[in-house]
Parts: sequence; C-alpha cells; structure tokens
Amino acid sequence: MKERVFDTKVQLLKYKALKAVIERAYAGTLNQAMYEIPKEIVPGPKSDMRCCIYKERAVLSERVRMAMGGDPENPNIIETIPVACDECPMESYFVTPACRGCINHKCMDVCPRGAISIVNRSAQIDAEKCIECGRCAKSCPYGAIIELARPCVKACKIGALKINEDKTAVIDNDKCVMCGACVYSCPFGAIVDKSYVLDCVEILKEAEKSKRKVYAIIAPAIVSQFKYAKIEQIVEGIKKLGFHQVIETAMGADITLGKELEELNEREKMTTSCCPSFVMYIERHFPKLKQYISSSPSPMVEVAKLIKRTSPGCKVVFIGPCASKKYEYKLPKTDGAVDCVISFEELQAFLDARGIDVSTLEESPLNNASKYGRIFAKSGGITQGVKELKEKYGITKEICPIALNGLEQIRMAMLKMNAGKLPENFIEGMACDGGCLNGPLCLSHGDKNVLDVDKYGAQAREQDIAASMKLYELTKNDDKD
Amino acid sequence: MEIKVCIGSSCHLRGSYEVIEKLKQLIASNGLEGKVNLAASFCLGKCGTGVTVTCDGEFLDGVTPETVEGIFKERVLKAL
Repeated sequence: MKERVFDTKVQLLKYKALKAVIERAYAGTLNQAMYEIPKEIVPGPKSDMRCCIYKERAVLSERVRMAMGGDPENPNIIETIPVACDECPMESYFVTPACRGCINHKCMDVCPRGAISIVNRSAQIDAEKCIECGRCAKSCPYGAIIELARPCVKACKIGALKINEDKTAVIDNDKCVMCGACVYSCPFGAIVDKSYVLDCVEILKEAEKSKRKVYAIIAPAIVSQFKYAKIEQIVEGIKKLGFHQVIETAMGADITLGKELEELNEREKMTTSCCPSFVMYIERHFPKLKQYISSSPSPMVEVAKLIKRTSPGCKVVFIGPCASKKYEYKLPKTDGAVDCVISFEELQAFLDARGIDVSTLEESPLNNASKYGRIFAKSGGITQGVKELKEKYGITKEICPIALNGLEQIRMAMLKMNAGKLPENFIEGMACDGGCLNGPLCLSHGDKNVLDVDKYGAQAREQDIAASMKLYELTKNDDKD
Repeated sequence: MEIKVCIGSSCHLRGSYEVIEKLKQLIASNGLEGKVNLAASFCLGKCGTGVTVTCDGEFLDGVTPETVEGIFKERVLKAL
C-alpha cells in the first residue's frame, strides 16, 4: 500500500499510532501497545523530530493513549499532551531590533517577574522568568516588543486556551467548545482529539458474532477527502470493514432543514443546531441566548434515528471531520441514536489497518440525500437552503439570514445578539472556517474542498428535500405501530 | 400485511421513492390503510436487482415505478 499523504507530519504520526492500535485490536495484542508501538514507529537509533528517541517515544506513547480513548475522567474530547507541548521553543514576547534601549525602560518596571534586563542598550527577556503576561509589550512607547502568539492560542478564537506557569498549554474546559482548531494548528501535535475507534472495532466485532447490522453514516464533507479514490470506492471500503450499509448523513440534513423551516415560522429568531460547537458556544458563553437555538436535532442524530426506526436493534457509527460530534453523540438529548463517532483520519487508519486499499475496489453507489443536505458541509449551505426553499415551504414572514463562518465571526455576532443588536433572524453558525469541509479531523484541508461539495450537491438525484421529508413521515408512522 | 421498500442508495437511484408514493396511493385508493402497513428499510440485500420490495418477508421481483401497480394488484390484492 502506498504511503499516505497528509496535510501535516503530525497527522501522519497520529495516523501511524491509530493504525497500529487498530491492528493490535484485531490481533489481540493491545496489552503492550503503549510500550511497543512507539518503538515500532521510532525504531532509532537517530531521532529526527525531537531531542532524542526516548522523548519521541514518550510522546508517541501518549498518542497511543489518545488513540485508545484518552483520559476517561476528562469530559473534553480535546486533550493536551504536556510532554509534547513542553518542547515548544516559542517565546510569546520577543524584543525586536526596534528597541532603542531607552532610559525610561518602562518594560522593566512593569514586569512582575523581573524577567527584563538591558543588555548592550537593548531589552532582553529572560524566557525562564517570563510568564507571558504581555505588560512589557503594552508599555513600550516604540512598540518594540511584539507578541508571537502560539499557534494553538491564535487558533482558539474564544480564549479557551491558556498557557500554564510551566508554559504548557492548558484547555479551560468550561470555555472550550471542542471545535478542534488547536488540534490541527499545533505544529508539535501536542493537542489531540480522543479517539473512540476501539469502541467502533468492538461494535463491529460483536456485530459479526451476533449478526447485528451496523450502519455507517458519513458526513458530506467526505467528498473532498480521500483524493486518491472515488467516493463510491470509499463506500465499498467502509462496507468491507464490516458495516452493513453506508448512508449519507446529508439525508438527516434534509430533515433538519425541513424541521428548521417549520420552526422558523413560529419563532422570532433562530440559531442553527447542526454544529455542536456553535450550540455549545451559545450555551457556555451566552446562556441568555439559549432560547434561540433551534430545537431540531442535528443531521447526524436525525438520520441515525431514521435508520434505527427502520432497522430495530441495529447500531450506527458516524464518520466525519468533526471533533465536537464525538461529544454530541454522548449527550442525553440525542437519546443514544448514535453508538460511536470516528473521524476521517481514523477511517483512513482503519482501512489501512485492515489492508483495504480503496483505490482498487469496485464502486458502491451512494445516493440518499438531496442537494441541500449535501451542501450542509459548507458554510452558507443551510442559509442557501432556507433562501431557496422558504416559499415552497410556506414561510410567510420576512427571513433575514446570516451565515457565520468560523468562531471569530460567531463571537462577534453573538456579542451583538446578546446586546439585542443583531438585525438578522436566521443565524447559521459553523465553528470551522469554511464549514465542516474544513473540519479539524479532515485528511486534507483547503479552499478547493468547497468545489467538491458543490459538485456532489449537484449530482444528487433529489434536488429538493421533499423526498427525505416524506420518508421521515413514513418511518414516524412506524414508531406508532 | 407489511410491505417493505428498500430505500438504500441503489434502490433510490432506481426509483424507490416513487414506488413508495405509488404504493401509498394504491393502499389509500383500495381502502387498505389498516390492513397493509408500508415501511421503509435501508438495504434488503438485493442491490443488483432492485427496487427491492418485500411483502411479509417475501421478495417481489421486478418492481419499478412503472410496474408497481400491476404487481400490487397481482400479489397484494389477490392475497388479501
């Protein structure tokens, strides 16, 4: 099998750890995984990532731990690996040559730790003492001290990432909405999402014995992934892993959109419910605005419920680009509709661990959803659906929609909304820039992903959500029987 | 009696949604609402030959949006 290409080297390391863990789960040799896998990945004797192979192995051992589910005591899906973060050489505050070595040197006076001294008529920051409070930068009249923000801190638009006194990154679980931006941004791979891939392996193993059906529901963003194979081959590959069928999550998106259209008529204002990070952001940062969150379940939950109504006793695994879906599926409000969530990265590792080369497989069709459900993967997709379908679905009132692309835009808009100054009444929010097609657990990130999603939408057999809504109604009747 | 129509990808592409609509109409026009239950299922395992339809677990062959009415009369109405 060809060496897999990822956007970053950190993704490749994560992939190697995941693949090894899955292989061992099937071979029955997980016991020694944390000890043996790091040695397999870094055989030595030379190290090329960190100071020595022992540190590389220590970090890898943590990656293996995360691949096996991480810390069960920590409710957050995102965890830091302190031993990996410690290595980060970047000082947050840096004295540029613009420093004049002035007489006042306010920077020295304001530093609470005495970290600044003047050497050769220029300020110098003692990195050991600096606690990155930023007072020196603010006090300099020349603006000569600049903040070189850490990639993780920069990536976190809602201030949930802090730096400890010992300089490792710490996540504030009360603020974090698990968007996963820090996971993809950290160049050392020191922030990682928990993997539930072993739960998925267990579900499939049990299903094989008990003849239970396990359905995979795949997020529409998948069409911009796996560039080396056709989507129909990926579907066939997923079936080869032991799944009974592969269904588009976009079908659930059709239903979510239909329900949101119904809701819109009765509500003054509404924020969308499909992005769990957006929902969590409102809940945790603007509790006053909770009343505006749409009560329609997310597409993942909606399609999983539909499948479970038609196939009682089955299990459903969601495969997507999203970190916060790993949190959402465990929430009580989802009624256990989804049994496990894995990422595209984990799917890649799973396929390779089982020796399934999708590029050589035959094609298995995938066509459950409408155009509108499929374009939920991009920022602005839901808004487009609402705009184009509102008349058809009898919405009489004036709809003024806005699509908030990424947490930065969301933050600005929610501040306004909280102050009663947001004029729009339909508020779509996607925590990831560009939408799900740029989710943190995508194999590839890029501007072209949106073209793939639009093309996929255009190829749908259904160009309206009516068919999915009719099926929803039909299976709802099943429930009553 | 339960009629199940496959709504998996292959059958959808062959028109299973239309088959469901026609069956709904046929059940209604023949006044069979209480007697015949129409259900959907994701994949009944015959992706090559669909639209796959079962009637109390028995496969009905050759169902398409065009043939469904005739097959309904032949297999369902006569059995009731």
